[in-house]
Amino acid sequence: MSLLLDALGQPIRDLYLALADDAELPPVAAVIVSLSRWQAQADVLAVHAGAVAVQLPNTSDVLVLDAALLARPMLVLDFPGFADGRAYSQARRLRDRAGYPGRLRATGAAVVADQLAMMARCGISEFALREDQPLAICQAALSLEARPLPYQAAQDRSAAVFDARRG
Amino acid sequence: MYRYDQFDQALVNARVAQFRDQTARYLAGTLPADEFRHLRLRNGLYVQRFAPMLRIAIPYGTLSAKQLRMLAHIARKYDKGYGHFTTRQNIQFNWPKIEDVPDILADLATVEMHAIQTSGNCIRNVTADHLAGVARDELVDPRPYCELTRQWATEHPEFNWLPRKFKFAFSSSTTDRSATQVHDIGVHIIKNAAGEIGYEMVVGGGLGRTPVIGQVIREWLPEEDLLSYSEAILRVYNLLGRRDNIYKARIKITVKETGLAKFKEMVEAEWATIKDGPLKLKRADIARFQSFFTSFDYEASTASDTSYAEHLAKDSAFAAWAKRNLKAHRQPGYAIAFLSLKARGIAPGDVTHQQMDAIADLADRYSFGELRATHNQNLVFTDVRQADLYPLWQALVKLDLATPNIGLLTDVICCPGLDFCSLSNASSIAVAEEIFDRFESLDYQHDIGEIKLNMSGCMNGCGHHSVGHIGILGVDKKGEEWYQITLGGSSENKASLGDRTGPSVGREHIADAIQTIVHTYLELRANEDESFLACYQRVGMPPFKAALYPVAAAGEAA
Ligand code: SF4
Repeated sequence: MSLLLDALGQPIRDLYLALADDAELPPVAAVIVSLSRWQAQADVLAVHAGAVAVQLPNTSDVLVLDAALLARPMLVLDFPGFADGRAYSQARRLRDRAGYPGRLRATGAAVVADQLAMMARCGISEFALREDQPLAICQAALSLEARPLPYQAAQDRSAAVFDARRG
Repeated sequence: MYRYDQFDQALVNARVAQFRDQTARYLAGTLPADEFRHLRLRNGLYVQRFAPMLRIAIPYGTLSAKQLRMLAHIARKYDKGYGHFTTRQNIQFNWPKIEDVPDILADLATVEMHAIQTSGNCIRNVTADHLAGVARDELVDPRPYCELTRQWATEHPEFNWLPRKFKFAFSSSTTDRSATQVHDIGVHIIKNAAGEIGYEMVVGGGLGRTPVIGQVIREWLPEEDLLSYSEAILRVYNLLGRRDNIYKARIKITVKETGLAKFKEMVEAEWATIKDGPLKLKRADIARFQSFFTSFDYEASTASDTSYAEHLAKDSAFAAWAKRNLKAHRQPGYAIAFLSLKARGIAPGDVTHQQMDAIADLADRYSFGELRATHNQNLVFTDVRQADLYPLWQALVKLDLATPNIGLLTDVICCPGLDFCSLSNASSIAVAEEIFDRFESLDYQHDIGEIKLNMSGCMNGCGHHSVGHIGILGVDKKGEEWYQITLGGSSENKASLGDRTGPSVGREHIADAIQTIVHTYLELRANEDESFLACYQRVGMPPFKAALYPVAAAGEAA
């Protein structure tokens, strides 16, 4: 199991079971299903006894998600490689435009110390760290005290340099 | 010029500490090499043919004497004693050691400089007219807007991992001196009928493998919306841009494949939702940035100087330099002086540490302690008193920085090519030198007049060959160096891409070929005032082709 951190770098317990598309739905557990499974089995999943989170491909348009999806307690975004930053924009749109209030989890090979701070700034609230990531460095990367005030207002702070200068 | 406050300084300092940590983890083997590569690129560090290369940002080309002294120090302490000014107003060092780079960045931070986002697939250094603030044809100084954009783009949380690199250029004058139409976003600062400042936004231009002239995505954008509109463009591009093929990943391809109308629709839809958010600029924000770029305290008395005219009359070498390397200033009694980095025997854009120190002293003495880097790889003192021009020139002659060739044939734009770059097919610097020899006579060059010769060692086009009036591109043919020639390119107002003359020519024929092209022009031009570009636009390719191929055909295999 990879380590799960919250937005402040505190380890949290992962209560969700990531379900393969062909795996049977367990009776009570909280699960993460793919977007395609969610769409195919909406009726069943809507009445599932446990929480149902949905993993979105980083190619999906988050602006067309329906109310049932936006009502999920958690959405999972994919950061597949070091250089593929599409989910950063998905996160911004989910928070800023869709007003999604739930948990936003980052998964994938790029969930590493050197990317965590920018993910947090875009509204990611929990991180499924890649296996090889040292906890201390990841926690340091997420520490708000260690990070100077950024130029851009984003999700992790209400104020940015522009506002601070305006006084 | 812009000065850091505590916020700017804290960000740059934190970045140095972060990169120091990343470098240490890489050297200790705990940060994978491929991931370090992405991180070091975003801190300006490339690994080239022979050694690492560090590219340092000079935002919109403006540099203080103090900063230049620091660059001299870096050249001396960490490199082989020189630096290379690039076509994007940055400076590169070709021989730093990876383990020294955190220290270099720490040194730079002490003079309000950095290498953040000077490479990698992110928003790069913002460029602008090198005559910003002093050009006679300027509407407003573009630099406050550039600095606003620089700050918005710096460590932008969402746009650090774009499909491909992303470049902004700004212009606010009748003549476009910053090649805005061949940038990912070109911003033209304009005034509307009501007298308000705003922007014409151009998107999807670019050089490289598939050169494209940008298209206007919005004819009028209000002044306060610069950053929100830019953010909308970047967000749409980040989500839509291709990631399956590096040669199709630039926004120019996204716009082409999507179609401008559809792309614009997406941008406008995105923009509508964010335009009234925190990115909306307030009048006071803009005024604050403008306060850094006010004009210097000019002395009115210098206009009555007569010594300049006397020196011009007495010293023909000085007069030749004045004719070529000076431009008219807005302020009577002041001039804009170009320092040519295109002397014979040096790679275009190269400056030694001794020259840097000396230039810094001259800038302090004669140009309010500031200077500019141009995208043609020269330097400029923007505010020199007329009475100081003669001693300045004398000092520049001693430094070999007074070649009177600004805008002439030997004022070539040239990438580092074979000599440094691992991607190069052919030597660009050596060819530049051969052309220098061929056209050594300055009288001859003056007779030829304004002409832009641009050279790149490979398709990536760092030497902007496709927008050279004459462009030369190095190509590899079975391990041999060949060159493809284009004519009629321009990055100025009506930007155009050069047309290929025909088959490429071999190394031993390239200088001949350029000479033939120039002779043909001299024979064809309507009069001495018709520039090479104008002449080419009038007569077209056929006469050049006819003249060129009897000579070059001997060297062409198939
Ligand atoms: S044009 Fe090619 S050879 Fe020249 S610097 Fe760029 S990548 Fe290197």
